[in-house]
Amino acid sequence: MTEADAPPPPGRASTTRLVGTTVLLALRAIRRHLLRSILTVLGIVIGVFAVVTIVTLGKGATESTRQQISSLGANILTVLPGQAAGRGGGGETPPPFKFEDLDAIRDQVAGVTAVAPQAQSSATAVHNAANWSTTVNGTTDSYLDAQDWKIEDGRRFTDAEEQAGKSVCLMGSTVKQNLYPGEAPVGSTLRLGNVSCTVIGTLATRGAGGFGQDNDDTVLMPIKAVQRRFTGNRDIRAIIVSADPAYDSADVQESIAKLLRERRNISGGKLDDFTIFDSRQIADTLSGITNILTGIVGAVAAISLLVGGIGIMNIMLVSVTERTREIGIRLAIGAVAREVMLQFLVEAVVLSCLGGLIGLVLALFASLGLAAALNVPFVFDPWTNLTAFLFSGLIGVVFGYFPARRAAALNPIDALRYE
Amino acid sequence: MPEAGSEPLIRLIGVTKRFGSGDAAFQALKGVDLDIMAGDFMAVMGPSGSGKSTTMNILGCLDVPTTGSFLFRGHHIESLGRDQRALLRRRYLGFVFQGFNLLARTSALENVELPLLYRGDDKRARRAAALAALDQVGLVDWASHTPSELSGGQQQRVAIARAIVTHPDVLLADEPTGNLDSERSLEIMELLTRLNRDRGITVLMVTHEAEMAAFARTVVHFRDGLVERVTTGALAA
Ligand SMILES: Nc1ncnc2c1ncn2[C@@H]1O[C@H](COP(=O)(O)OP(=O)(O)OP(=O)(O)O)[C@@H](O)[C@H]1O
Ligand SMILES: [Mg+2]
Repeated sequence: MTEADAPPPPGRASTTRLVGTTVLLALRAIRRHLLRSILTVLGIVIGVFAVVTIVTLGKGATESTRQQISSLGANILTVLPGQAAGRGGGGETPPPFKFEDLDAIRDQVAGVTAVAPQAQSSATAVHNAANWSTTVNGTTDSYLDAQDWKIEDGRRFTDAEEQAGKSVCLMGSTVKQNLYPGEAPVGSTLRLGNVSCTVIGTLATRGAGGFGQDNDDTVLMPIKAVQRRFTGNRDIRAIIVSADPAYDSADVQESIAKLLRERRNISGGKLDDFTIFDSRQIADTLSGITNILTGIVGAVAAISLLVGGIGIMNIMLVSVTERTREIGIRLAIGAVAREVMLQFLVEAVVLSCLGGLIGLVLALFASLGLAAALNVPFVFDPWTNLTAFLFSGLIGVVFGYFPARRAAALNPIDALRYE
Repeated sequence: MPEAGSEPLIRLIGVTKRFGSGDAAFQALKGVDLDIMAGDFMAVMGPSGSGKSTTMNILGCLDVPTTGSFLFRGHHIESLGRDQRALLRRRYLGFVFQGFNLLARTSALENVELPLLYRGDDKRARRAAALAALDQVGLVDWASHTPSELSGGQQQRVAIARAIVTHPDVLLADEPTGNLDSERSLEIMELLTRLNRDRGITVLMVTHEAEMAAFARTVVHFRDGLVERVTTGALAA
């Protein structure tokens, strides 16, 4: 018997070879129907683009919140008179704090590193011909410690200045930029409303706060000066406390609350007439909200990915019908069902991966642009990108499977006869 | 050349084919016995509905008989599964259809390469073999043209190149000239004759025209799902 006389059943088709062949066939088919292929993957492109852009921007927003928190330095508690918004009302105005309250907190609460009072007023700052309306913050030297706020130029308040309530001030960088462009303010006289004060130093830039307010748009003065010359009373409107990070800030908060209840004669069942805000809590809440929003919008965008998958299935089914004759030819010239199935499956996967890739590239550019426009940092997250890409491939497999199976199940005789 | 007394390449023994079931059942083949010698050029003739295409589909391993035996090189293959039959087609058979059935928007070369792709040949070997096959049908210069840029006769020649590119034992052609004018038809018949004579390919061809059947060495007449008569040599057609 010669080689040609070998028994007819020639064994099985090799599977490794099969994949290479079908990828080639799939690419050829995609090239042959280029426009339709592009339309097919549009859903995936948009889906991946939307999800990745949203998640990237969301991560950027979370990151920016996180940066702001860490820029605040140690944990800061802010104590304000009155109850948290939404409660109470109608009752008498709660009394302001006293200097003795600050001393008590500093001396009696463990884990407190600095305590500073705050009395605020707004004023128009004037220097030469320029004027700028800003906030005058009356406080003490401890305020700088509590906030970990550096002096850029000049010096801090002296004890004597604080005790006497002298008319000296430290200037935030926003005020400096607007009133002293290209000038050194230290030593000059600044007019705040109808009060003149000597600039003894400038503050380092802190940037935007957690709520987007400008921390640098302020002028600091000894609290006694602000009380005497601006507010006209001896009220302390807020107490700023910085806590040692080694202590649990909830415990510190609790101790302060207990102490203040005692000092303000709030007994048993009565509600606090003051509120303590924890900077970290606020920040955590903020980034929590950002995360939830990112999740929700991302999920909505993910639905469009699913719709994109259904689009692929739809077109692939049409394609199977339209290419019935082609499938018949392939089967007649010796393609096994598995190969036809794999070809259509690979076509779907290649298409959806291609769509995913295009979506990723678009998302990269869009999030770079949007991050700059929205003033959030651009955070490239390889996991988000990889997941989105793999997911688009998975969509190809899932939604390509049914049409592929249908193609492979065709009877070659019927398929060849198909008009 | 078939030798007298040698084993036939293909044997059909008592092959029947029934389509459908119950009342709608239709007996397309009623017991076909047919021996085909290697190297033969056989024309299959007969009235419409007599079972020519049904027989060709079975011979082409595209379909299976309801009952009866189909021997290829002495092996029973009537009960082979789908994939095994596909592999047989890939290895031993070539098909030419009435409607050419080339892939649209695909160059003649890529069309001819297609069977080699499934066989797993590398790019170089594919290209060389496909060009050689196109050369045999006289269309090397048209290799880069797509079917829509080719005439019907040229398309059928590309289809023949695709059928022979794998060096099959048997070429099955169901009314290959059915869509062509007589001049193109004669060209195709000359091509088939040449392939049969020079390369020893066994050619099985369904035709309605005696003029085409005259090219064959053996003519099988079908009637009503049965082989009515087989004529050979000078007596053919
Ligand atoms: N898949 C099928 N289902 C039901 N009946 C079928 C099927 N295929 C063929 N037939 C019937 O079997 C008979 C033989 O068909 P076949 O196609 O073999 O005829 P043919 O000799 O090739 O005719 P023609 O010369 O018209 O091509 C016909 O009556 C046809 O209607
Ligand atoms: Mg027919």
